[in-house]
Amino acid sequence: MSSNLLEVEKLQTAFKNDKGEVISVDEVTFNLKPGETIGIVGESGCGKSVTSLSVMRLLGKSGYIKKGSIKLGGNDLAQLPEAHMRHIRGNEISMIFQEPMTSLNPVFTIGNQMMELILLHMKLSKKEAKMYAIEMLKKVGIPRAEEIIHEYPHKLSGGMRQRVMIAMALSCKPKLLIADEPTTALDVTIQAQILELMKKLRQESNTAIMMISHDLGVIAEMADKVLVMYAGQVVEEADVFALFDEPKHPYTKGLMESIPHLEYDSHERLASIPGTVPTLKHMPKGCRFHTRCPFANEKCKNEKPPLLSINQHDEHKVRCWLYEDQHQQILADTQREVHA
Amino acid sequence: MFQYIVRRILIALPVLFGVTIFSFLIVNMAPGNPVEMQINPDATAADIALKKEALGLNDPLYVQYVRWLSGILHGNFGFSFSTHQAVTGMISDRIGPTLLLMGTAIIIAYLIAIPIGILSATRQYSWMDYLSTSFSFLGISIPHFFLGLGAIYVFSIVFQIFPTGGMNTLGGTGGFADTFNHLILPALVLGTGIAGSMVRYVRSSVLEILGQDYLRTARSKGLKEFFVINKHALRNALIPIITVIGMDIPLLIGGAVVTEQIFQWPGLGQLTIQSIGSRDYPTLMAMNLMAAVAVLLSNLITDVLYSVADPRIKYN
Ligand SMILES: Nc1ncnc2c1ncn2[C@@H]1O[C@H](COP(=O)(O)OP(=O)(O)O)[C@@H](O)[C@H]1O
Ligand SMILES: [Mg+2]
Repeated sequence: MSSNLLEVEKLQTAFKNDKGEVISVDEVTFNLKPGETIGIVGESGCGKSVTSLSVMRLLGKSGYIKKGSIKLGGNDLAQLPEAHMRHIRGNEISMIFQEPMTSLNPVFTIGNQMMELILLHMKLSKKEAKMYAIEMLKKVGIPRAEEIIHEYPHKLSGGMRQRVMIAMALSCKPKLLIADEPTTALDVTIQAQILELMKKLRQESNTAIMMISHDLGVIAEMADKVLVMYAGQVVEEADVFALFDEPKHPYTKGLMESIPHLEYDSHERLASIPGTVPTLKHMPKGCRFHTRCPFANEKCKNEKPPLLSINQHDEHKVRCWLYEDQHQQILADTQREVHA
Repeated sequence: MFQYIVRRILIALPVLFGVTIFSFLIVNMAPGNPVEMQINPDATAADIALKKEALGLNDPLYVQYVRWLSGILHGNFGFSFSTHQAVTGMISDRIGPTLLLMGTAIIIAYLIAIPIGILSATRQYSWMDYLSTSFSFLGISIPHFFLGLGAIYVFSIVFQIFPTGGMNTLGGTGGFADTFNHLILPALVLGTGIAGSMVRYVRSSVLEILGQDYLRTARSKGLKEFFVINKHALRNALIPIITVIGMDIPLLIGGAVVTEQIFQWPGLGQLTIQSIGSRDYPTLMAMNLMAAVAVLLSNLITDVLYSVADPRIKYN
């Protein structure tokens, strides 16, 4: 088993506003190995973007990491000075965003924006940087790369711009690529092409990926393992096959039931989870999901569930009191193994 | 682009035509006439009538207007009623000082407004922001004549750093340093007024850009915040600021008239005031026409600059 590239431990991220502070992400823990892809899924507003921006330390003026650590190599990114962090951004960790239409600066050419990054992190001359940028554009399947490099972003379609973003993100051969809903704003065929491209590049470069999406289909296609987030917390973590075969958390099950399946009878109604994500200010006591959960009991209403391990190798975890017995069983089994 | 410019100029012609009719009427509606304004006390009524007849002032207004217009179309701006010099000659003597004053004032305005506007936006609601907003409010609301007189009092009378007015020291040898020394105060006064409104534009323009996605992309590359703001944000924020110069040109012309008068700056503004005083119709009409051309031209230049600054805008 190779060692971890990224270890996020009990991350808590908060934002200050004039009324005080709101905690947007709480107790998020996960690991990622080189070349591995972790999917982060959940409804909008549940803290996926804030988690990824915490790793980049791009939380703006009002956001900050309040607790926990984010270890990359030997460094804890949560503690690193800004100057050191700048050296990591775009170089060791890079990021692509949801809105390809607005993620590129409209007044600089594609080449200018790519070379800016390349010159910042790689020891190349301007001419070499330009050649390299063209090479990267070709790699992500942009036709006429030599000409496109002199174009402004508005000349390109959304799909092409996202390809440019990917080319830029991969230029410095990052160890980790964070893709925050990279295909959400694109139409279905383009979405499939972009995912295909990312899979191809992942194979070539062995880059680890944090793939964020509210779309379980995208997650199923890309991820090795999955974090399901709800209201700022991880509610379930599992290997991608385990998650889709045996979703445990009532929220995960709800998400699965709300995906349309082609093979189903079209008359069958699509299930959806009733209610909405609670706002951060009005977080319910006990389990954060209990107000929408069909199985909630007294304990769920009053006590906060921890993330419980429910299989032998600590690979499937769920934040739900319904699995407490199963967790105890696993604990006992492990104890026995240790003693034997 | 060339076609676009030609089209814009063609559209501007009827506007100019309207402006000339309008200003001809207003100039003639002003009480008094050129003859009364410069008459010597022992002239008889017959002398006055004779003089008016000689200047064509007894003809109906439309006849006077058509006469003036046909002169203009032949490149003839006429002769001043008061100095009897050719109007074109008087203007060409004075346009240099005015352009020098306005140009310096614009440069000063930008040098003040851009850094203050950026600081104010990037540190929104800080004391810096409040200070600069107050500055801009003062700059907009203090009239030029008040600021000018205050500046003369402080810098020329109390501290005696700069001369009180004029463009060169009387009896001096002139030269660039001397002119520069005379230029500073009026240019500062004129520039501060413009800077006041410009700070507000820069601030709101930068604030609008600060939330844009592409700045997050720039930060995610590992760029220093200095470049994120001064390269990626500023370049976008400048686009709307460019239009502000176009809008500020009328303000600048008006401000220059007052400032030149206060500082005895020998430019077109001073000439305008003098020709108003003497009801010197040909000179006044020429000044009006020039101001109108300047405003229309600056609007055109603004639009052209706009398309240079913003690659998304193409005219055809
Ligand atoms: N800059 C910010 N200031 C204050 N609150 C924020 C900020 N960014 C995100 N949040 C809050 O954090 C929560 C999680 O948001 P986000 O991570 O963007 O959700 P998503 O899972 O859709 O990506 C939301 O409730 C959002 O309101
Ligand atoms: Mg998001």
